[in-house]
Amino acid sequence: MFADLPLLSLVIWTPIIGGLLVLAAGSRNALEAKVLALLVALATFLLSLPLYSGFDTATAAMQFTEFRPWIATWSINYHLGVDGISMPLILLTTFITVLVVIAGWEVIQNKPAQYMAAFLIMAGLMNGVFAALDAMLFYVFWEAMLIPMFIVIGVWGGPRRIYATMKFFLYTFLGSVFMLVALIWMYLQSGSFAILDLHAMPIGLTAQILIFLAFLLAFAVKVPMWPVHTWLPDAHVEAPTGGSVVLAAIMLKLGAYGFLRFSLPITPDASQQLDWLMIALSLIAVVYIGFVALVQQDMKKLIAYSSISHMGFVTLGMFIAWRIAANTGSMQGAGMGIEGAMVQMISHGFISGAMFLCVGVLYDRLHSREIADYGGVAHTMPRFAGFMVLFAMANAGLPGTSGFVGEFMVILASFKANFWFAFLAATTLILGAAYTLWMVRRVVYGEVASDKVAALKDLNGREFLILGVLALVVLLFGLWPAPLLDVMRPTVEHLVQHMAVSKL
Amino acid sequence: MNFVMPDFMPALPEMFLLGMVCFILLLDLFLSERSRVVTYLLAQSTLLGALLLTVSLYEEGRALTFSDTFVHDPMGSVLKVFIYLATFLVFLYAKDYLRARNMFKGEFYVLGLFGVLGMNVLVSAHSLLTIYLGLELLSLSMYAMVALQRDSVQASEAAMKYFVLGAMASAMLLYGMSMLYGITGSLDLGQINTSTAAMDNNSMLLAFALVFIVIGVAFKLGAVPFHMWLPDVYHGAPTAVTLYLSSAPKLAAFAMMMRLLVDGLGGLQEQWEGMLILLTVLSLAAGNIIAIAQTNLKRMLAYSAISHVGFLLLGVLSGTQAGYAAAMFYAIVYVIMGLGGFGMIVLMSRAGFEADSIEDFKGLNERSPWFALMMLILMFSMAGVPPFLGFWSKLAVIQAALGADLVWLVAVAVVFSVIGAFYYLRVVKVMYFDKADVGAPTVSAGFDLRVVLSANSLAVLGLGLFPGSLLALCVAALA
Repeated sequence: MFADLPLLSLVIWTPIIGGLLVLAAGSRNALEAKVLALLVALATFLLSLPLYSGFDTATAAMQFTEFRPWIATWSINYHLGVDGISMPLILLTTFITVLVVIAGWEVIQNKPAQYMAAFLIMAGLMNGVFAALDAMLFYVFWEAMLIPMFIVIGVWGGPRRIYATMKFFLYTFLGSVFMLVALIWMYLQSGSFAILDLHAMPIGLTAQILIFLAFLLAFAVKVPMWPVHTWLPDAHVEAPTGGSVVLAAIMLKLGAYGFLRFSLPITPDASQQLDWLMIALSLIAVVYIGFVALVQQDMKKLIAYSSISHMGFVTLGMFIAWRIAANTGSMQGAGMGIEGAMVQMISHGFISGAMFLCVGVLYDRLHSREIADYGGVAHTMPRFAGFMVLFAMANAGLPGTSGFVGEFMVILASFKANFWFAFLAATTLILGAAYTLWMVRRVVYGEVASDKVAALKDLNGREFLILGVLALVVLLFGLWPAPLLDVMRPTVEHLVQHMAVSKL
Repeated sequence: MNFVMPDFMPALPEMFLLGMVCFILLLDLFLSERSRVVTYLLAQSTLLGALLLTVSLYEEGRALTFSDTFVHDPMGSVLKVFIYLATFLVFLYAKDYLRARNMFKGEFYVLGLFGVLGMNVLVSAHSLLTIYLGLELLSLSMYAMVALQRDSVQASEAAMKYFVLGAMASAMLLYGMSMLYGITGSLDLGQINTSTAAMDNNSMLLAFALVFIVIGVAFKLGAVPFHMWLPDVYHGAPTAVTLYLSSAPKLAAFAMMMRLLVDGLGGLQEQWEGMLILLTVLSLAAGNIIAIAQTNLKRMLAYSAISHVGFLLLGVLSGTQAGYAAAMFYAIVYVIMGLGGFGMIVLMSRAGFEADSIEDFKGLNERSPWFALMMLILMFSMAGVPPFLGFWSKLAVIQAALGADLVWLVAVAVVFSVIGAFYYLRVVKVMYFDKADVGAPTVSAGFDLRVVLSANSLAVLGLGLFPGSLLALCVAALA
């Protein structure tokens, strides 16, 4: 039934066109616009479900492909398709968008229609990034996405929002322009912008290294990797709750996705040459940023730093492959690191989103993000406290939650490469537990800190629904990650085989 | 000596224009103040008529006429079409503005149309003499237009500055042309090309001629370091005139560069490439950095125009057909965006209030979300963010320069485009993130202006989503 529909186009354009309709409706009636936004978000989510149910897990080839010539002069095509890497990310995007729309329902009083529209358009554009099989189409979605985010942080953000949003835009813009130059250079060499053609294209080592560095600049800023992470805490802290959720849950994944789709397959030899750099940066992110998170006074900042540290795991899992191969003599084990990275990406999407929503719940009531302003929230908000503790545990990587699966796989893969890598990576189990649980102890437990805290109201139905759904998902993937792993396995295996072949 | 009747057909649009302008000039004398709108309507229909003539001649192919001083070719036709369209929009945008300031006079339209005629001659020039003729016709019209608001000190100063510096640039150009004539003994661009290509590249005289010609072209384009007039003139002139200056003449200046450097001195590409690289880097750097410090929107857009010229030169200096097509695409795209940008200032202004400060756009999203969105599209497009049209034009010239192996220059260009993004973002910031001043008025412009300006901005989006046909047109025009 769904096989004939251009599902990917629908998943991209439904929210974008829906967002424009919301914008138009919003000038008349805010409630109407919000209902419409919810319907569009739900419709997009429902449309993305057949991508999973109709997905063929036996092949690594692109599925649900669509192809139309777009700009003939430069042979740029409207070419879409998903594999086991991008399909779960599209589902994550459509799912989180629904939550973001619900989360902003009452909280956003200033121009709610524009707020909802920005998120819907952003969702469509992010789906486009994951589905694009043409490098220029990818780049268009990749950059266009910055515009709604720029507006979201700047209009609905905190006191220093303008500084934060300018920094966010210029940082990411600077990162991506070099990727553009690299893509054009490859087009001039190969005559094609198709990503799969670029995968097959032979490139000399010097050129590969330069291209790798150009990609690195673009993707490292988005991930973000140490030392180009400084935009993230600012953007996170100043963004409204929905903005933080989308940033953490989806936007950070775009950089990691870029490594999987571009850096590893297009420049495998350069990736191998420079994997020491990537591993070092990843481990610094894991350990050093973990310590930075420990000393934060601001809850959102703490979660932002914890995100950077968790994304360090993702990049570590991806670039450890060659060390595993060198150590064990085959690329067989390398897949585990990449699979772990993928699981970590998806799981971090849910957990960090949930953590930001939890902070949002508190912020909506007390208008403070300072840890010191809270204490004893469990006495007045028992249901909230239950969720908060669960998500904090998941963030710390407690077995049984999805946070554990990815971290465990990456650490296991690191063991195959080098004991010390694994040792450093495993410090996150201690550090992560330390900063998250310490925050929970100070915010949720202890004596009731002030009269304001004593007057807090527990979750309403809307908030309960959002957090409840997220809690279910976090537990589900923690106990039974197989559906996720099955989908991505053939693609990851294919990627690993591809990486093992030199392109020189 | 036999007199051969020249073929008038290729120059039909120009002759039609000339006839109509003279007619409008005469008719306007007899019109009362109230029926001045007839002048406006006639001017607009003249442009549309010329447009039809040019389009109908497009298929004719390349032809030389008037003793080979005038050329009809696809590049010229495409540029002319966009010159008419841009001027049509300028006249439309400017109408209410002029009326509110008691400048709704026939002179504006007559001078504007003479300028169009000058541009057409420039675009179709195939001899040094025709180039100079077209250039002067255009320049003199523009000097007079800047001075149109006689009681404004600022405008008079701008006109004076423009005239003096413009005359000097013309002199430079003429000096270079005279040397070129001395070397080759011909005014015909085709013959100049053949004889200079065969010549020893180390000729001192040729180098001097080239330098002076490049200076003249750079002045007309507004490339650094010959840009000093541009911000002052854009700022000082009435916005309606700035609108005119910033749009169609850019296309003519591009055509002049193509005729002189490519048609006439194509064999010396290696020589002028270096000069253009210097102009490019300086324009990108100065334009983008100085624009950050501006508080006046007209001045900011003037510096932004300088930086756009840097990008345009990036396409030309690559010295390939693809590069010229990219530069032409860039020029056309810039004109579409620039019209929208200055059009927004006209839209916001009222009698006694120019709305040309960036602060005047404060909180526009509160007052008029629709036009805030339109301006947002224009600003992001100028910054080169996809999916808007400005991105594709930047992509085109970057691709051309990379094709010429100028990787370092491309790196410089993209870094400056990021720096440039800052001041465009600041306009968006002012519109969306700042609160409006108390009592700031809503947009109260006429219906036609609102509709066409919206269409202009939406075209930036629409052509950005489907840039294929415009791009193919430019490539075909230079094939």
